[in-house]
Amino acid sequence: MIKTDSIVDPVTLAVLRGRLEQIADEMDATLFRSAFNPIIAEAHDASHGLYDAVSGDTLVQGKSGLPIFVGVMAFAVRAVIKKAADNGGPQQGDTWIFNDPYDGGTHLSDFRLVRPVFRSSSKASQQLASNSETTSADEASADVFCYLASVGHWHDVGGNVPGNYNPAATECFQEGMLIPPVRLFRHGELQQDIVDILSANSRLPNSLYGDLNGQINALDLGERRLHELLDEYGDEIVAAALIELRERAANLMQARISALPNGTVSSEDYLDNDGIIDEPLKVALDLTVKNDRLVMDFSRSSPACAGPVNISYSTTIAACYVALKHVFEDVPANAGVLEPVEFIVPEDSLLAVTAPKPVGGYTETILRLIDVVFLAISQLEPARATACAYGTINALALNGHRANGQRWVMFSFFGGGHGAHANGDGLNHGNAPISTATIPPLEILEAAYPVMFRQWSLRPDSGGDGKYRGGLGAVYEIELLEEFAQGFLFGERGKYPPQGVVAGGSAACNAFSYEQDDGIATPPMVSKLTGMALRKGQAVKLETPGGGGYGDPAERPQELRERDAALGYVNDNASTNPSAIAGKPEQSL
Amino acid sequence: MNSAGKLVIGVDIGGTFTDVFVHNETSGSVRTAKVPSTPDDPARAFLSGIETVVDDLSTVSTIVHGTTVATNALLENKGAKTGLITTSGFRDVLEMRRRDRPTTWGLRGSYEPVVPRNLRLEVTERTLADGTVREDVDLNKVDLAVDHLLQQGCKACCLFFINGYANDANERAAAERIRARWPNAFVSVATEIVPEIREFERVSTAALNAILQPLVSAYLDNIHSSLRAKGFNGELLIVQSNGGVMSIEMARQLPVRTALSGPAAGVIAAREIAAAAGLPDIVTCDMGGTSFDVSLIEQGEGSLSAQTSIGFGRVIRTPMIEITTIGAGGGSIAHVDADGILKVGPHSAGSNPGPACYGLGNRQPTVTDANLLLGRINPGRPIGVNAGVNAGESGEVAGDRLASGSLDLEAARNAIDTCVAQPLGLEVMAAADAILRVANAHMAGAIRLVSIERGHDPTRFTAMPFGGGGALHTGALIKDVGLRATLVPRYPGITSAMGCVVADLRHDRVQTVNRMLDDCDAVQLAGAFTDVADELQERVLASGVSVEGIERFVELDMLYLGQTHAVSVPLNSFHNNQVGGNTGALTLAEIHQAFDDTYLKTYGRLLEGIAKRVLNYRVIVIGRRPSFNMNSLGLEAQAAVTGTDTPEPLAIRPVWVNGASVQVPVYNRESLGVGSVLKGPALVEQADTTIFVDPGLVGSTDSMGNLLIERDDF
Repeated sequence: MIKTDSIVDPVTLAVLRGRLEQIADEMDATLFRSAFNPIIAEAHDASHGLYDAVSGDTLVQGKSGLPIFVGVMAFAVRAVIKKAADNGGPQQGDTWIFNDPYDGGTHLSDFRLVRPVFRSSSKASQQLASNSETTSADEASADVFCYLASVGHWHDVGGNVPGNYNPAATECFQEGMLIPPVRLFRHGELQQDIVDILSANSRLPNSLYGDLNGQINALDLGERRLHELLDEYGDEIVAAALIELRERAANLMQARISALPNGTVSSEDYLDNDGIIDEPLKVALDLTVKNDRLVMDFSRSSPACAGPVNISYSTTIAACYVALKHVFEDVPANAGVLEPVEFIVPEDSLLAVTAPKPVGGYTETILRLIDVVFLAISQLEPARATACAYGTINALALNGHRANGQRWVMFSFFGGGHGAHANGDGLNHGNAPISTATIPPLEILEAAYPVMFRQWSLRPDSGGDGKYRGGLGAVYEIELLEEFAQGFLFGERGKYPPQGVVAGGSAACNAFSYEQDDGIATPPMVSKLTGMALRKGQAVKLETPGGGGYGDPAERPQELRERDAALGYVNDNASTNPSAIAGKPEQSL
Repeated sequence: MNSAGKLVIGVDIGGTFTDVFVHNETSGSVRTAKVPSTPDDPARAFLSGIETVVDDLSTVSTIVHGTTVATNALLENKGAKTGLITTSGFRDVLEMRRRDRPTTWGLRGSYEPVVPRNLRLEVTERTLADGTVREDVDLNKVDLAVDHLLQQGCKACCLFFINGYANDANERAAAERIRARWPNAFVSVATEIVPEIREFERVSTAALNAILQPLVSAYLDNIHSSLRAKGFNGELLIVQSNGGVMSIEMARQLPVRTALSGPAAGVIAAREIAAAAGLPDIVTCDMGGTSFDVSLIEQGEGSLSAQTSIGFGRVIRTPMIEITTIGAGGGSIAHVDADGILKVGPHSAGSNPGPACYGLGNRQPTVTDANLLLGRINPGRPIGVNAGVNAGESGEVAGDRLASGSLDLEAARNAIDTCVAQPLGLEVMAAADAILRVANAHMAGAIRLVSIERGHDPTRFTAMPFGGGGALHTGALIKDVGLRATLVPRYPGITSAMGCVVADLRHDRVQTVNRMLDDCDAVQLAGAFTDVADELQERVLASGVSVEGIERFVELDMLYLGQTHAVSVPLNSFHNNQVGGNTGALTLAEIHQAFDDTYLKTYGRLLEGIAKRVLNYRVIVIGRRPSFNMNSLGLEAQAAVTGTDTPEPLAIRPVWVNGASVQVPVYNRESLGVGSVLKGPALVEQADTTIFVDPGLVGSTDSMGNLLIERDDF
């Protein structure tokens, strides 16, 4: 098992793996604690890691960051490496900043800071370079040991709607400011001009400023820790360990793939619409197992669409990485995971768009990508299968002005049920598979914004039936306490429910409704809405999907059915159709 | 023991042993005892342990108990059947948690709330975030809910209303109604326990308190009445998770505050021992069979965390001594992972079947097996393995000798050879050494986490091992992490019992403010701090235990507008403010300055022009217990031993050190006089642990019986 040409003994390797992960974890923790906006501080929509000096490949990633960033950050660092090479090469003391979704990004809200870490000896980085797949080793990068990067979801980056989930966008320019890789620090000096430009383009400049500082704090700390580690163990040993860890991840992934039967399986799932044209969009996968390699072919997927549910190629790869990590959770999180995987993503599909196609709702599409991977795997190895989770983040923004003129923007993502699996029922009210986010406490939301929750509860009958039942989604009903507000919603799964696996049933669809002067309204695009107007006392109601079921419903033990009924998880007479607002009579119009 | 004088007794009940520590406050003398625990009726060992060292319980003034009964009940899901009454629309808050999941990867987790959905009932009422009562509570519905829960056989009741932290009028009215109707005292009211914003954390804490109440009350009543029957008429006190002690009445009301009672007592003892030895900066290292717990003490003060979770989704929000636990104990299993990398833990063989060398059926190698094979543990005298027998000078105390036989060296060798040496292509001794290095690296990581990674300079800190296994490893840790030294206390195995005796009385209260600092009225705030402090002080004094002095602290949880994580800002002008003290002196400017000082220290940069918010205030009142003369721990028996620089070893035995077998002297701890100096490598054996002085380190004993291990390069 131990490569004979390795200069890292197995014990040092084990120690270094732990130490490197600790560095990335501590960068995560630093940003979470000092960030301003709750999407980072509470929902942990951020990530940190160490990346290859030449290829940008992920070397080490923090454990508590957002899973989707694990795969995508390599593309981000690569974009900076390329830009730096065109501008005289990486320089000591430089830190790059950008959010370009087509060049290693996700959507405009995610701002990346990338910093090269220089070491006086270039031996180790050359050694790393010679082992990378990329061979375009630039001479100027010889002194870069690796890159450190930080990504975080900022509260508001301009564009047509507060919070930047604009379901009506047809170009990225309606989604927010787009910043290509530029230098935030030159030779260690903060470029205040850049900060001023960023601040001027946000509805919430204080929040932006606080988050930016938190990300700088995280990079400073990571760089300090990395130098300490390199000084202690020597650059060569650490570089060799990083190569070794990657090879081991690749080997383990190959072993896991080899255990699957050879052949091709196919799966499809659909997005309701793109927010502009109310037609479904197909995400299709043909998954081929060839001994110890996987081919993931998305050729049958829909072409690029007008609205913001397109994603860039790098985002597609990152989503597949997340899906595979959920299936093979014991494979370590580094670039080795993807080595035995080949991707086929047609250039004209909605899974590989370029500027200026809108990508703001990327979360919905990558959740569907994870679903089709789960559906395909369930056909290959039922014991490893998990049914589809609720599959939509339901980004809801409510905003208005207080009596004193002060602007407020409440922006949050909501939860739903997890899919059932071979060992039991799905988790009730979990977070999305692409994230490890927690939801802000409703008391914090009520204290910060002029809203009152009428209910915050589990949604009976929302889990898919099966030998094991899908987890339950939730019902959130939010009443406005100020005179007037506007609302925006970006959701999915309004028409196509989360599917079960191994003959398990589907979950309930997403349902959204809101009170108007003339009664209850529902959005024309099902779960996507712009410019909803609310008056004092009116409420919005989100009923989120559960997870899909696992196995034949006929096999569900009677005692579990009785328990479901006793606890009210399943009501005999209830339907899974969206129900109307169930607010108290005196509060409804 | 004829006990003239005022006796204070600490009792710690562990899974295997019950430890007793008796301090005669008049004479300053100390006795200890260790008896096997009696899990079917813990009071039996509690009493028999005390009776081995005290003849007449009527001579005992105070008994302080560190208990794990709440911890175990939580870990084993043994709470009472409990009902929850809550605001209409919110009965699922407890089950929905903060929308998290147990593991990042895999999506195969599950969760059982401690109160099932059919026992969570809603009543009409609503309070808004600003404290406005939008809808009065319907008390008839409260009555109906109570009757339904009783009918369902609930033993305890939990009450939780949304925004009760902002105004608890509705909750108080409902609580009064429930208490009038509920047939016992087991009613837990959320804002009485945690008057703090964040609904899930508040209801989770209250519900866990409720399920623990019947159990913990019965347990404490049993011990209390058993003690009374034997003539004890002093005070029985309980150690809280925050490291202070409280009365038995408080413990009955707030059992959730005892979740970390046992470990907290250990940390308190470590603090006192280290302070007496002139070492105010300590990292405590408690290594048991399955876990390694570390806690940081800086300048004599332990760090507290605001909340912890006992397993997934079981959050307890109450100040607790911050203990970082990793799965690295003597029983932690070493294995080669799927990607070919050696790992130690988190799976553990526990104490049964235990390490391979116990011969009870486990064939996987553990840390203890590696220590045995390398010669660090004496196979014929397996101490420090599953705790010892009888620590302390009361030699007549007889525990069942769990470790009666000798350990099976061959079983350890085979396990390491098969599971680690062969897969990695290493010699078996090198494989055993590798297990220790990986385990040590893992433990070093935990120490780094609480020290370096929180901005503390490790060279200032001394490691203090307690529990059975720590002292074999801490030498390596000081080299790995760069700590100053290791201080092995005289009785590592009974540290928690000693901590009970020295722990201060302590009460904390947190209240949510949630206002912009510039909108606060400093005079009004100061008045509130003083009122709360006065009330807590009364509670401290009412416990009936003598205290030498009272200390009062006020801290504010503050943040920049827009942040959600607060920093804890101490208000120095309130430190030791006395009853009815200077409430008029506080100004907003002082609070601004205090925040800036704290924020700068924490993050290194201030954010100009952004407003500050006060989230909570926290008042802490501590009743300082009379100080304890650590010299009484220097052995009475040892007093006769003349200090010598070069003690005589008990034996010489081969130990694997730095890749080779070395003849290492083995000393008996009891025969080490004050001032003994031991150059590493050396082993020290004692009843409740084994100490390894690594090569390059040197150990010396002080007048309090401690063994201080430092680098030998000075």
